[in-house]
Amino acid sequence: MRKQASNSFYAYLRRDLLLSYRRLGEAASPLIFFVMASTLVPLGMTPDLASLAKIAPGIIWVLALLATMLSVGGLFAGDYQDGSLEQLLISPQILVMPVLGKVTAHWLITGLPLTLVSPLLGLMLSMPEAGYLPMMASLALGTACLSLLGAVGAALTVSLHKGGMLLALIVMPLYMPVIIFGGATVQYGIDGLIWTAPLAILGAMLAAAIALCPLAIASVLRLTSIN
Amino acid sequence: MKVQFQTINQILDMGGHGFYVWSAVFVTLTVLIGLIVRPLLQHKTVLNQVSQDLAREKLRKKTAGEGN
Amino acid sequence: MNWVWFYRLGSPLWFYQTTTRWLPWLGLLAFILLTIGLVWGLGFAPQDAKQGNSFRIIYMHVPASFLALAGYFLMATAGAIGLIWKMKLSYMVMKAAAPIGAALTFLALFTGAVWGKPTWGSYWVWDARITSMLILLFLYFGVLALQYAFHNEEASNKASAILALIGTVNIPIIYKSVDWWYTLHQPSTIKLTSAPSMHPDMFQPLLVMILGFYCFYVVALCLFTRVEILRRERKTGWVGDLVGELNGSTEGKRQ
Repeated sequence: MRKQASNSFYAYLRRDLLLSYRRLGEAASPLIFFVMASTLVPLGMTPDLASLAKIAPGIIWVLALLATMLSVGGLFAGDYQDGSLEQLLISPQILVMPVLGKVTAHWLITGLPLTLVSPLLGLMLSMPEAGYLPMMASLALGTACLSLLGAVGAALTVSLHKGGMLLALIVMPLYMPVIIFGGATVQYGIDGLIWTAPLAILGAMLAAAIALCPLAIASVLRLTSIN
Repeated sequence: MKVQFQTINQILDMGGHGFYVWSAVFVTLTVLIGLIVRPLLQHKTVLNQVSQDLAREKLRKKTAGEGN
Repeated sequence: MNWVWFYRLGSPLWFYQTTTRWLPWLGLLAFILLTIGLVWGLGFAPQDAKQGNSFRIIYMHVPASFLALAGYFLMATAGAIGLIWKMKLSYMVMKAAAPIGAALTFLALFTGAVWGKPTWGSYWVWDARITSMLILLFLYFGVLALQYAFHNEEASNKASAILALIGTVNIPIIYKSVDWWYTLHQPSTIKLTSAPSMHPDMFQPLLVMILGFYCFYVVALCLFTRVEILRRERKTGWVGDLVGELNGSTEGKRQ
């Protein structure tokens, strides 16, 4: 039984990764959005490096949040349209594992690249050096949280054909604790404080989200997507 | 317990804070009244619709009866 | 155990008839309590030593904030009952609670803002409690938006019930995080006094206002729920009978 469950996890993880590999341009768009939107900040505010450095942690975190939110809407949309979601729902296996596999794939496609690219943004916004490691650590844990929470919203809106804006409305309040501790981790690092403390809370949130969100997603999909 | 204000002007002014206090009172009353009036109006609308539906139904049955 | 009352609760007809009998009295009670509380608070309660008369906004702000938060939990509870026992009435209550809660949250934010101006010199401060209130308003907006997005009644009910429950799990986390965030950035100039033990002369009218707001909330919730009941049961016989009765009585009056 357990083996079967972990098999379905890997099966869906591999399937989603493969699908996004075949449409690489689409998969890369959150990343491009992340970098592009960061250019707007100096253009809209000031090219002054000192003032950019001050707001860099917050800006990078906000942009990472938006990039994740924009991309998570499509998590179940494709499967819903081609009917494979229904297949999954009527199959006798535990729904939690495939769901977790899909969310993990989403994180590997968006969250992880965002984390890896973030030093570039830190460079462009002249973030102090001490912030880089905390930023990457907090983004790695935080974007995973965002993927999980966003997937709940994506599941709620999957049967509606105009999910985008609605998804943002639903999910954004849930994202707020994540951005508080994510931004604080970077700020702590820059200020020379013990940044592992807020990072630990972020980790606790991620642990709770891994335990609860797949259950929520599975029940949402079962209850609402079969009309 | 005693009255805090002697004249109308004192009540309106509230020691210089009149604008804040009275705008809070005004908005509070507006929201509270709105929360009562809106469902009452909707209630009426639904009942009217139902009564129209019933009347139409009656008429249809009647004309159908005459047709026979 | 006698569970008849519980099954009765599930009947929209029973709810409608009972509230028809009770609502006028409850409405009157709410009106009396709110009038007494407001006149007492605005005219008779003593001034605050530091804030002067602007503190009187507390008589609207605190009850509204109480019910804004309590309303969310009520909405989520109603949604949970609907999900577990498939009770139609429960979903209707959940649906009714959302706009009322959003309106009261807005009210709490507005009264907080006009209270903030004379007290801290600014309409808006990113204070922990105010920010949490704002997030609560967003949570209400999310539920409302989701409710209106579905065409399918059942899917709409279930989805918004789940979202309300998810929000309830998140509210303590959000409050704790915002609290922590605020202590992190707290500017030293703005210090919020966490209402120390209030003088009884000030506290008694507040108590009356809180009671009045609770009664008002029940009245508003029943009114919204009744509309929802009529809407969904419009095809059933009893609504037709009700309309017939009403038309009969108005015709009788005209004669």
